[in-house]
Amino acid sequence: MRKLACLLAMMLLPGLVGAAEENLRLMNAQTDLSDKASLQRGAKYFVNYCLGCHSLKYLRYQRLGQDLDIPDELVEKYLIWGDSKISSPITSAMREKDANGWLGAAPLDLTLVIRRRSGGLDVDGGADWLFTYLNTFYRDDKTATGVNNLVIPNASMPHVLWRLQGIPEPVYQRADGDESSKQRKVVGLKMPDGGGALSKAEYQRMTRDIVNFLAYASEPIQTTRKALGLPVLLFLIVFLAIIYLLKQEYWKDVH
Amino acid sequence: MSDDAKTRGLLGWIDARFPFTKLWEDHAAKYYAPKNFNFWYYFGSLAIFVLVLQLLTGIWLTMYYKPSAAQAFASVEYIMRDVHWGWLIRYLHSTGASAFFVVIYLHMFRGLLYGSYRKPRELLWLIGMAIYAILMAEAFFGYLLPWGQMSYWGAQVITSLFGAVPGIGEKLMIWIRGDYTVSDVTLNRFFALHVAAMPLLLVLLVAVHLMALHEVGSNNPDGIDIKRHKDTNGIPLDGIPFHPYYTVKDMVGVVVFLIVFVLVVFYSPTMLGLFLEPENFEPANPLKTPEHIAPVWYFTPFYSILRCVPDKLWGVVALAASIFMLFLLPWLDRGKVRSVRYRGRGFKIALAVFVIAVLILGHLGANPPSPGRNLVARICAVLYFGYFVFLWIYTFFDLEKTKPEPERVTNGSFKWLWEWIQQQRLGKTKPEPERVSPK
Repeated sequence: MRKLACLLAMMLLPGLVGAAEENLRLMNAQTDLSDKASLQRGAKYFVNYCLGCHSLKYLRYQRLGQDLDIPDELVEKYLIWGDSKISSPITSAMREKDANGWLGAAPLDLTLVIRRRSGGLDVDGGADWLFTYLNTFYRDDKTATGVNNLVIPNASMPHVLWRLQGIPEPVYQRADGDESSKQRKVVGLKMPDGGGALSKAEYQRMTRDIVNFLAYASEPIQTTRKALGLPVLLFLIVFLAIIYLLKQEYWKDVH
Repeated sequence: MSDDAKTRGLLGWIDARFPFTKLWEDHAAKYYAPKNFNFWYYFGSLAIFVLVLQLLTGIWLTMYYKPSAAQAFASVEYIMRDVHWGWLIRYLHSTGASAFFVVIYLHMFRGLLYGSYRKPRELLWLIGMAIYAILMAEAFFGYLLPWGQMSYWGAQVITSLFGAVPGIGEKLMIWIRGDYTVSDVTLNRFFALHVAAMPLLLVLLVAVHLMALHEVGSNNPDGIDIKRHKDTNGIPLDGIPFHPYYTVKDMVGVVVFLIVFVLVVFYSPTMLGLFLEPENFEPANPLKTPEHIAPVWYFTPFYSILRCVPDKLWGVVALAASIFMLFLLPWLDRGKVRSVRYRGRGFKIALAVFVIAVLILGHLGANPPSPGRNLVARICAVLYFGYFVFLWIYTFFDLEKTKPEPERVTNGSFKWLWEWIQQQRLGKTKPEPERVSPK
């Protein structure tokens, strides 16, 4: 009985959680799964910057190579670090037990992150969400990692790409325009002079590639699926015409 | 064996030992269905088509799926990625589940529209409602199997409803789950129920449903009895053999259905989060409750009714009652005519209000509640139950002003349109077409 009450109470609460994300307008990731070069770069960035902590355990190296036009030898040479085989799933070297100790919570497997965050908008919703996440880290000395994020406030993930992007400074505004108020919120991000190793455009292109690659990884078959729809539909339309004429022929004598 | 069966050869050999020809004739070649079936009469055969689709795709999924808490989620992704054409079979099955409810709801609405539940089809309606109840159980059990967050927490919430039963509630809930919370044990038994028990019951009940239908004969959009006018051979004048007339017509329906179905399967298998919810792409985590738990769209009207009642026990009672009311329809409706075409204005308005209330309840049930939404849900819940109360008062106290029924079946509300098109095609004006005059 009490459990039910708790569950019902939890169902009544959703408005409170994630309130911080509400006013944030997501950036457009402009994913393009036909852009093989972007997907290949995304795979490269992923194994270099993300795979240290995050796995892609439902995707195999070999499948990745086949879908992204990367020969097996090149996959083995450049993408597989450690002793994984070409047929292995893309797992991280960090063990979950260690990760729990080091970071408090094990980093998520990212295979399905785009579909999980799609908000019902197919891959685009999830891609925009992740793209915005990777572009809205900012300096916040109050957190353990020294950075905070607009999409996931108080995210436990550090800004892994800070050398490339630099660390944006937040622009605060006191709540309700009241200068004495201790409540303040971030209204914008500003890159300090110098920034990171990449220009803003270069960093956005890089994160777009990563997001594009993860959009592919969330459902490797999606391009084939959409391409297959048309011939199937064309067949059915021709079949419908034939069946309809057959029906008319049979029904001629029904008045 | 029918007396006039003169089959020879292999068929004759079989017919002497098994009523093959008799069954074929009773249920297809010599089953006389009214000739005036319209759009609403496609959904019975479509339901059978979707059932077969679900059985076949389900069998293939079972070959790769692992019903264990540790492996279920990964095995679904394995089907989606590593099994040849596994993604297609899985999407056909997941889209098929929603399509099944679309088809069944339209099929049931047809019953309300043309009074198909009325005497002598009460038992046919009850069997159909039993199929609907079993289908809901089947869908509920199946939804746990992908072992995503929404699978897990949906099952957790729905099984906890049994905890509201006074006295034995807590024990009943644990008995159903096989554990204190939804767990590996629950997943295993839901799998057994989903792939064996419920499908067996479904197939059996569908066969019984068809037997009952063919015993009393099909209703039709005019709601009149075609057996009142027979020719010298005892064949209804307005009846045509189900085969080949309706087999070939239903095939047109199947292909049109498939075109819509394929659009979803290939272009939007998640149906913007309605058929496959985004939360379910995250593996079940018993320690992390999702922000918002909602069942899949086909349960949301009833979920709204459950949620809008402030007391949990009465909420569950309201939920059960909302489904049970449908079972009572044959005895609540005492109207003089069956079809909406000849019923009073009060009935038409009530049915429209009922449909709108169900749609609003469905929309609210998919969204997080708020005080304003709860108020709307309560109003709609009252309208939902109000339909049944109204229907009984309206017909029991003879308040309905019906229109005279025709003696023979008509071509429907759009007859004038077809005739007009025909006239335009022929390029000449014919005399005013003779309308069937009611007696």
